[in-house]
Amino acid sequence: MDLKELYQEIILDHGKNPRNLRKTENFNKDAKGHNPLCGDNVHIYLKLNENKKVEDISFEGHGCAISMASASIMTDLVKGKEEAEVKEIVNDFLDMIKEKEELQNKILNEDEKTKLMCLSGVKQYPMRVKCATLSWHTLTSAINDFQKIVNTES
Amino acid sequence: MDIDSIKKEFPIFDNKIQNNDLVYLDSANSSQKPRVVIDRIYDFYSKEFSNVGRSVHYLAVAATNLYENTRTSVQKYINAKDKNEIVFTKGATEAINLVANTFGQKYLEEGDEVLLTELEHHSNYVPWHFLRNSKKIKIEFAEINEAGEVTIEAIKNKITNKTKIISVTHLSNVTGAILPIKEIVELAHSKNIPVLVDGCQGAPHLKLDMQELDCDFYAISGHKMYGPTGIGVLYAKKKWLDDLPPYQGGGGMINEVKKTGISYGELPNKYEAGTMATAQVIAFNESIKFMEKVGIENIEKHERELLDYGLDILRKNNSIKIVGNPKNKGGVISFTIEGVHPHDVATILDEDGVAIRAGHHCCQILHEKLKLPATARASFGIYNTKDDIDQLSQSIENCKKIFNI
Repeated sequence: MDLKELYQEIILDHGKNPRNLRKTENFNKDAKGHNPLCGDNVHIYLKLNENKKVEDISFEGHGCAISMASASIMTDLVKGKEEAEVKEIVNDFLDMIKEKEELQNKILNEDEKTKLMCLSGVKQYPMRVKCATLSWHTLTSAINDFQKIVNTES
Repeated sequence: MDIDSIKKEFPIFDNKIQNNDLVYLDSANSSQKPRVVIDRIYDFYSKEFSNVGRSVHYLAVAATNLYENTRTSVQKYINAKDKNEIVFTKGATEAINLVANTFGQKYLEEGDEVLLTELEHHSNYVPWHFLRNSKKIKIEFAEINEAGEVTIEAIKNKITNKTKIISVTHLSNVTGAILPIKEIVELAHSKNIPVLVDGCQGAPHLKLDMQELDCDFYAISGHKMYGPTGIGVLYAKKKWLDDLPPYQGGGGMINEVKKTGISYGELPNKYEAGTMATAQVIAFNESIKFMEKVGIENIEKHERELLDYGLDILRKNNSIKIVGNPKNKGGVISFTIEGVHPHDVATILDEDGVAIRAGHHCCQILHEKLKLPATARASFGIYNTKDDIDQLSQSIENCKKIFNI
């Protein structure tokens, strides 16, 4: 295992200065996520326009460098994408974290993929995978209007 | 005291953990086990196993005697008046649930108050919360002061004529504060209020004398006392065990069972329904013997030295904030590093073989009060050395390096 793989520069940067850490005005979808084991919390706010495009996305919450960086990178990448595309990106990311070597995604460009792949270091740290996936599961909940707090332990 | 030779009694330290020597600083969570405890479980299952208290064959009688020997050892260790004041449970959690459930059933009514403290572990809050739902009781919390301790005044402030029981920790698993139990008990008894002590952190680190403390109930966790998991003890004054209803129903706890009614067994069987964690109880006797051999005074002294040494080193580090500063403190140091989340600290320390805990340590009430979502915690056991603390300090420097602090 290699800590440098986990704490890459880009992760540390996004962890320290998370992008979109605020609350979207006039959001029309939102969801909360909670990791009861570590106490991490995230609240995702989403504004979809009439064409079902993500006009704005933001989050509030607190957590470790991995969870903050993951939420930050995620919000950066899905902004401007269409709802269906967002769902595909989320699924591909979760597949990548769970098992796949590469991102299967055709929506993201190479730069965006590289950014996202920085989070793949958590694969070697099973106890930290949930830190990376919490905000993504919460985004899924927001988009689908699940109306339920995402809980990493249930 | 020769810590190196004591440490050699713990086989876990013979192994490399991810190519590192293990620096185990998570004993407040659970302690490691000496060889005598591990071997006892193996020997019991290989040579002596039988269920206890039921059959008359040789093995059953021998196993029953071994099981009861642990009860006697615990009684002596904590200086309880009567052997039957020792009830085995699956852990301290079950011990507290037993009291909350049976005491609540018999003595708590709508509007009655249970007094806890802000330091309590979830296991000394959730069982009472059940009664808040089922019986509409109220739960009050004695507040911590700036040092992270609960004073006798803080307890006094929250006692009302509705207070029916006080349930407090002996030693906080976060701030390390040791509560003035004797004074709390005296105060409570002067108002006819019984006291339960959550002794999870007290029993492994402090000298216990139930007759001197005079508390009504004391909950003990076996696995934090160098013993096996799945075993705890509820000490309760005999008058309570005679008076309160049984907790769980099943085999072993009955006297006579008829279609029309059931009478319950005598103590201690009344509270030990079903097949108990026999092997663990028997092996727990070895933990008690181990602690007696080392000597609780020596354990206290050694952990005090480690605590002073650790506090001294960590306080010199400007990036570190230590949570709480109680005058009377056990071997627990909870801390935060500015700019690094405790979970990242734990992962980075783990890379060097340093095992600590990060999170809310099952004390969300306390963390909310402290306005901290999480803390990192190093806690000590008899096998820890100053080298362990030096390694902790060095690994903390590595955290700061990775996070450019």
